[in-house]
Amino acid sequence: MTIHDPVCGMEINPKSAFATRQHMGRTFYLCSQSCAEKFDADPHRYASVVSSATTGIASDASGPVRIALPVGGLKKSGGPALEGALRALSGVSKVTANTKEGRVFVEYDPARVTVTDLLDAVRSAGFIADGQSMRLKISGIYCAECVVKIEDALKAVPGVLNATMNAATNEVKVEYSPVIGDLGQLTKAVESVGPYKAARAAEASEPEMDKEAQAMEKEYRSLMRKWWFGAAVGVPTMLLSYPWLFPVLRDWFPRGSSQLMYIWYGMGIASLAVLIYSGNQFFTGMWEGLKHRSANMHTLIAVGTGVAWLYSTIAMIFPQLFPSQEFTDVYYDVTVVVTALVVLGLAMELKAKGRTSEAIKKLIGLQAKTARVVRDGKEIDIAVEEVLVNDIVIVRPGEKIPVDGEVIEGQSAVDESMITGESLPVSKKIGDEVIGATINKTGAFKFRTTKVGKDTALSNIIRLVQDAQGSKVPIQKIVDRVSAYFTPSVMILAILGFVIWYDFGPSPALTYGLIVAVTTLIIACPCALGMATPMSLTTGIGLGAQNGILIRSGDALQAAEKLNAIILDKTGTITFGKPSLTDVVLAAGQNEADVLRLAASVEKSSEHPLALAIVEGAQARGVKLSNIETFDAIPGHGVSAKVEGRSILIGNLKLMNREGIALGDLEEKSKSLADNGKTPMYIALDDKAAGIIAVADTVKEDSKTAIAAMKKMGLEVVMITGDNERTANAIARQVGVDRVLAEVLPQDKAFNVQKLQLEGKRVAMVGDGINDAPALAQADIGMAIGTGTDVAIEASDITLIKGSLMGVVTAIQLSRATMRNVYQNLVGAFVYNSAGLPIALGVLYPFFGILLSPLLAALAMSFSSVTVIANANRLKSWKPVH
Amino acid sequence: MTPDKIIVTVLGLVFIAFIVWFFWMVKKAGVKATLSSSGYQELMVLVKGGYTPDVIVVEKGKPVRLNFVRSESASCSELLLIPDFNKSAKLPEGETVPVEFMPDKVGEFEFQCQMGMLRGKLIVE
Repeated sequence: MTIHDPVCGMEINPKSAFATRQHMGRTFYLCSQSCAEKFDADPHRYASVVSSATTGIASDASGPVRIALPVGGLKKSGGPALEGALRALSGVSKVTANTKEGRVFVEYDPARVTVTDLLDAVRSAGFIADGQSMRLKISGIYCAECVVKIEDALKAVPGVLNATMNAATNEVKVEYSPVIGDLGQLTKAVESVGPYKAARAAEASEPEMDKEAQAMEKEYRSLMRKWWFGAAVGVPTMLLSYPWLFPVLRDWFPRGSSQLMYIWYGMGIASLAVLIYSGNQFFTGMWEGLKHRSANMHTLIAVGTGVAWLYSTIAMIFPQLFPSQEFTDVYYDVTVVVTALVVLGLAMELKAKGRTSEAIKKLIGLQAKTARVVRDGKEIDIAVEEVLVNDIVIVRPGEKIPVDGEVIEGQSAVDESMITGESLPVSKKIGDEVIGATINKTGAFKFRTTKVGKDTALSNIIRLVQDAQGSKVPIQKIVDRVSAYFTPSVMILAILGFVIWYDFGPSPALTYGLIVAVTTLIIACPCALGMATPMSLTTGIGLGAQNGILIRSGDALQAAEKLNAIILDKTGTITFGKPSLTDVVLAAGQNEADVLRLAASVEKSSEHPLALAIVEGAQARGVKLSNIETFDAIPGHGVSAKVEGRSILIGNLKLMNREGIALGDLEEKSKSLADNGKTPMYIALDDKAAGIIAVADTVKEDSKTAIAAMKKMGLEVVMITGDNERTANAIARQVGVDRVLAEVLPQDKAFNVQKLQLEGKRVAMVGDGINDAPALAQADIGMAIGTGTDVAIEASDITLIKGSLMGVVTAIQLSRATMRNVYQNLVGAFVYNSAGLPIALGVLYPFFGILLSPLLAALAMSFSSVTVIANANRLKSWKPVH
Repeated sequence: MTPDKIIVTVLGLVFIAFIVWFFWMVKKAGVKATLSSSGYQELMVLVKGGYTPDVIVVEKGKPVRLNFVRSESASCSELLLIPDFNKSAKLPEGETVPVEFMPDKVGEFEFQCQMGMLRGKLIVE
């Protein structure tokens, strides 16, 4: 057996090792004096790198290794299957799947099974196994074997899933599990196997976006160069094609003269140059398409301009082939001007298209670049990619919060508008969740990271938006079916047009036939049709993301537009979903501050959720709590306690009756509170009734306005709840909901949604996505509300990051605006093509003598596709109306 | 009808028949993605005026990784969409872009560029 020297990385036989060293309970074998010296100088550096059986640890030190693998697509039900698949591998001793975090923990013997085997097993069980990746730039590579050596060294670091080196760029791409200890290990591992230096390669999303922008700019400039060349040739060509139309030229170049022939020869060559330089993408595009038996815009333009050029050239060189002189006019102007105009159209399209994806660029740009973390007791600034789960991050006022986490020290207000669309800063205290990419406003705080890299809310949002932008609006599927037949059909129409004009048209029939065919080919614009919906969709979904609304797909967008009923879950959707103190009713002679202080002091010791509401309510009113002397919970009744020397009872009617306390008119007041959906509790001080404290789940501030807005949009608003009818009706009255489905068990919510659908309605279900997933899935549109950083809720079609119901209104408004834009584009493209094609074919000729020039057709074609994109861009100025 | 008109008419009809046959009548054979050592069904797809191969056959229930390489600068093909699996990818010129997804439903699905000028078929068996 051979092992690696931990210093130089050379493979040596332990028996013939120059020296051995013991460090941290492990044995290291060294190949030479110099390696031994280096090891002695800093044993920890080398020892911390080597941690697998192949990197210098004696074989007796190898035991089971524990690793956490991130697994995608893992749902609760998939856990056992995944565990089984991994356990089936020999060498795996222990497997636990954590479906909530999407991780699987594996204990395995690295001598018998490799991480790659584990990943393969995960994948063949049907899950997605991936980690984060980073690129290291390596310098000092001198040999071909270095590549393998470096890769092996990296793969030996626990937590590294894969390492692949690109020898051309000297960059190695390392995929690692997010639970890896310290990324410094990676550079150390590389440096330990040879005279290499490793550093993080400049990467991340931003330079990539830059590269993309650069590529687009390059393409744009090249198109513009092509346009200018085409235009420069085009102007003289146009003048000299019809010299008899212009006063001076008429005398210089009379028809049929030899000087005109020479000019035309020159034009033939110049226009060929235009076709080759400015128009080459049409011809290569056509050729590549033909290889796949498909036709596209390139085919139409290439055939159109090509036919015009060929005809002109034949007519010029072999005029004797044509019956009379009038057939031998040249159409080089068509070739040149059409090419130039279409190229210009492409350039403008490119510019406009760049703007539609601005939203996603903005989202990517939100990412923080660095983070200040506490490592080994010191504050250090590191790149955000290096932040790991469970790091402690320090955020000062005005700074960007780098990743997702939970506040552990300090408090502040955080501007979350870029993620949630909520314009007011949100206050954060210990235990609260913070979202990466949001901005800390007032105070400094520390937080423990919970999600980093690809798992952060922002990354999830970006991925969701990208995927949604890649989806299709259902209506697009019809368009697709049409456009698959579109281009060949246009070619067939052009041929038919030529034949009909040749057979039945006026003289010179050949010329008319040719013009008609070329015009038809050029005016047809499959682009406008093809781009109509994707452009609007991209813009609309991007807009949603900027307003805290994540639309999962084009299907959702189209369905949201057509809604006519909306079901709102009560708890957590219309209301906050947790009780809070609403009323304090006093008996005669009592003082509110006293009653509240005493009651809250008692409830501080209780764990009941209603008690928490009282404590929070009292604190919010600035009441200082006292310490209690005795505390006694009476199950089913309430509590009895002693505070500040006074005895106090808090509880229901049963408790008061049991203790024989006279309630007087309090009993009546309690009933009316209960009628309003509140939970009243009696308070007695020193065996005398002192008052009532009522708590209730309160309605969110803007629920009422949002529901009014929904009704104004013509939606039937229905509230669904598991609560009793009385409470439900009380809330419904407050917010203005007319139809209430009360006492619905969670598992019956989906059934109730279906009942509404059977009334012929398109139903949206709005819930918090926790226990109403089946109902969300059953509805035509499921909207999960206020999910915070947990944006990837499977069952919902639309996710509202902010908790407000106003988001539902905005989402519906946005989908209506987007779909309107889609229809405008589709109708525009359809009308354009269905009007343009017949005109090009000459249907107006018999009646009005109008025949379209191919030059006008080229202009119209370029204009139509630019219009479609411009209309989609117009959507960007959309603002929610509240 | 004069002879030249008859010739033009016949030629025109022949052309039309050719277009119909060439673009619509010929069924393309699919290429099956092979299961690689990584556990993915993998395939390289060249993007140049179309997708090569443009009919891809994969098995249901095993993850698929299609490696797209775009070797043209025309912006049309820059964005790849697989709408039925909610996948999209930017294809920078000359770079290999892996697109991974789980074929969890059987049937014929399309992949295409954003404008739908280039299209291919994905058959899940």
